[in-house]
Amino acid sequence: MKLKGAQIFFECLKREGVEVIFGFPGGSVLDIYHEMPNHDIRHILVRHEQGAAHMADGYARSTGRVGVCLVTSGPGATNTVTGVATAYMDSVPMVVFTGQVPTALIGDDAFQEVDIIGITRPCTKHSYLVRDVNDMPRVIKEAFYLARTGRPGPVVVDLPKDVIQAQTDFRYPRRVDLPGYKPTLEAHSGQIKRAYQLIKKARTPVIFTGGGVVLSESSEELVRLAETLKAPVTSTLMGLGSFPAVVPDSSGNMDLHPLWLGMLGMHGTYRANMAISHSDLLLAVGVRFDDRVTGKISGFAPKAKIIHIDIDPTSISKNIEVDVPIVGDCKNALRKLIEAAEAEPIEGLDALRAPWIEQIRQWKETYPLAYKQNSEIIKPQYVIDKIYEVCRGDAIITTEVGQNQMWTAQYFHFSRPRTLLTSGGLGTMGYGLPAAIGAQVAHPDRLVVDIAGDGSIQMNIQEVITAVCNCLPVKVAILNNHYLGMVRQWQELFYDKNYCGTCLDASPDFVKLADAYGAVGLRASKPEEVEPVIREAFSIKRPVLMDFVVSPEEGVYPIVPAGKSISEMLLV
Amino acid sequence: MEIRTKDRHTIGILVQNVPGVLARVVGLFSGRGYNIETVTAAETHEPGLTRITLVTTGDERVLSQIVKQLNKLVNVIKVYDFSETEFVDREMALIKVRAEQQTRAEVLRIVDIFRAKVVDVSPHFYTLEVTGNESKISAILELLGQIGIVEVARTGKAALARSKKH
Ligand SMILES: Cc1ncc(C[n+]2csc(CCOP(=O)(O)OP(=O)(O)O)c2C)c(N)n1
Ligand SMILES: [Mg+2]
Repeated sequence: MKLKGAQIFFECLKREGVEVIFGFPGGSVLDIYHEMPNHDIRHILVRHEQGAAHMADGYARSTGRVGVCLVTSGPGATNTVTGVATAYMDSVPMVVFTGQVPTALIGDDAFQEVDIIGITRPCTKHSYLVRDVNDMPRVIKEAFYLARTGRPGPVVVDLPKDVIQAQTDFRYPRRVDLPGYKPTLEAHSGQIKRAYQLIKKARTPVIFTGGGVVLSESSEELVRLAETLKAPVTSTLMGLGSFPAVVPDSSGNMDLHPLWLGMLGMHGTYRANMAISHSDLLLAVGVRFDDRVTGKISGFAPKAKIIHIDIDPTSISKNIEVDVPIVGDCKNALRKLIEAAEAEPIEGLDALRAPWIEQIRQWKETYPLAYKQNSEIIKPQYVIDKIYEVCRGDAIITTEVGQNQMWTAQYFHFSRPRTLLTSGGLGTMGYGLPAAIGAQVAHPDRLVVDIAGDGSIQMNIQEVITAVCNCLPVKVAILNNHYLGMVRQWQELFYDKNYCGTCLDASPDFVKLADAYGAVGLRASKPEEVEPVIREAFSIKRPVLMDFVVSPEEGVYPIVPAGKSISEMLLV
Repeated sequence: MEIRTKDRHTIGILVQNVPGVLARVVGLFSGRGYNIETVTAAETHEPGLTRITLVTTGDERVLSQIVKQLNKLVNVIKVYDFSETEFVDREMALIKVRAEQQTRAEVLRIVDIFRAKVVDVSPHFYTLEVTGNESKISAILELLGQIGIVEVARTGKAALARSKKH
């Protein structure tokens, strides 16, 4: 039977198990929208295509499945670019379908024509312009396959209008044939052996994890290896949650995991950065040695031999030379290391490790993360503490970018993977709210909270209405410091307190704004109001904007100034 | 700027011949700040496969990133770093040279020495075809330059490894 391209589109999506599309219509995708009611796929109508891309991203990060969005040609397509780049930097599996002008008009500067394949080439894992309806099934199959396998990433599929109108016999290919795409999953046994020989000799080892551990679903293996080796663990922003920050102690109270160092890097904990600086062996798993993590390269883990596991060979020895590179899936490599460790246990491990664990405990006590909450003005960190306390850590948290993001990373004790969704690589303000909506679509019964800044939230505030009309009860906690706080902090520390362009003295009344959108608005201006506001918000089954009027000039500490070694932290 | 020859590398890239593949390869170089000195691309004897030969500069670390980044492109099937193997390379140049009464003989002598060919003749110009490795092409250009070159079109380098099939 012959099907139209628009029908084939839905048949393919069904076969890929797609349950939801985040989209926004326009002329070149009208045939797909015309066909949509005949199919059992949910469509979330956004208010800006950037929102669609971040929602697909939040859906993907919170589930591990491929997020899908659908937009029209021209401005619809360009509006997704920030979302595509955000997903690319953080390796998020996503397929973005963009409309395109009819093939006969391509290149003529037709109405709403844009070369979206050209524009997104550097920020996609791959992309396709479909010129023939007969190619559609193969292309869509490949797009989903590429998005979710190997190092995941976004794929753009550009669909000209005549292609989705054309008819053909539909057959979905059973497998993909991509001769140039063969990700290495299996870690090389010889390299594992070499790695374990180094690990055995180490006195002050540190396991350093990143987003790769989340993507490869290898939390369990990570915990097992860390506990087997009694090696402390630190993580990048992207890896938070894959190692449990807190565990129940002997009397059942939640306490920091004794091997947990917290996040490292520019706003890392004192103990994490000191541990890296004194480590004699670094086991880096699913990380890419971003400059926000390493600080000055020559000052990063200067005494350590480095073992680096990553599925992407380009991440290895890109920024930092490593001693034992291991290309492969983190899960596979970690399992093999566990096998090696169990087959050949380290003798006298407790005694060997005791001084190192003790040293770390001392660092932790000397400079713990801390702030002072007085009775007058709300400290932003206090809000995060209270959110953590009220939900007992059981929530999916998204963030915006800036101080709000760093305080969340520092004060919320993430203990499960896929519970922190944050734009790490690109640092996209405006990510948090739509990402929260995407996560809420995937997890209708979970508490989803966007911890936001007063600046960032306004970058995609229009999506509040998307949450309202789709009954998605996301919670937004705005840490309202009346500043682009993170930038203000840099001006304070490194630009002579010249606060040019960072004061947000005029912001909307977020409570009234929530009301105008048909959401609920709540405000806390005094410390004692914080907890009641959070409790109330969490008990409402609708979207809620909480406006926390916080201390305007609070800084994120520790901070490693740009260009310094991570051991050179400013502590207050 | 003079580039040490050890920092110049010839890379062979076997790609699927699909629309946009050259843009992906070249875009990778410009986007990541790598240098391209020459690039050639044409279909191979195997249908659907194109071979790109590219000359780039960079130290060992840059070169290893280039090879890895190229391999990461979905349409790239194989990447050969010829710095690691023996290889043969050739390039072809078309050279339009001034050939007046007094210089014609000299031009033809040079053609003979370099085993070049005269492929077009007009009242004042000869167009020559010469094939060889880079130093041969440079040498003939140097000599003809003294007589008067009008225009040059060079193909850039094409390369194959000497031994086993790549
Ligand atoms: C789209 C975008 N534009 C600019 C920046 C640069 N930037 C980084 S943090 C920041 C301030 C964010 O302000 P706010 O959301 O109020 O967060 P705060 O730091 O005050 O918590 C800015 C402007 C960015 N990250 N993203
Ligand atoms: Mg702010």
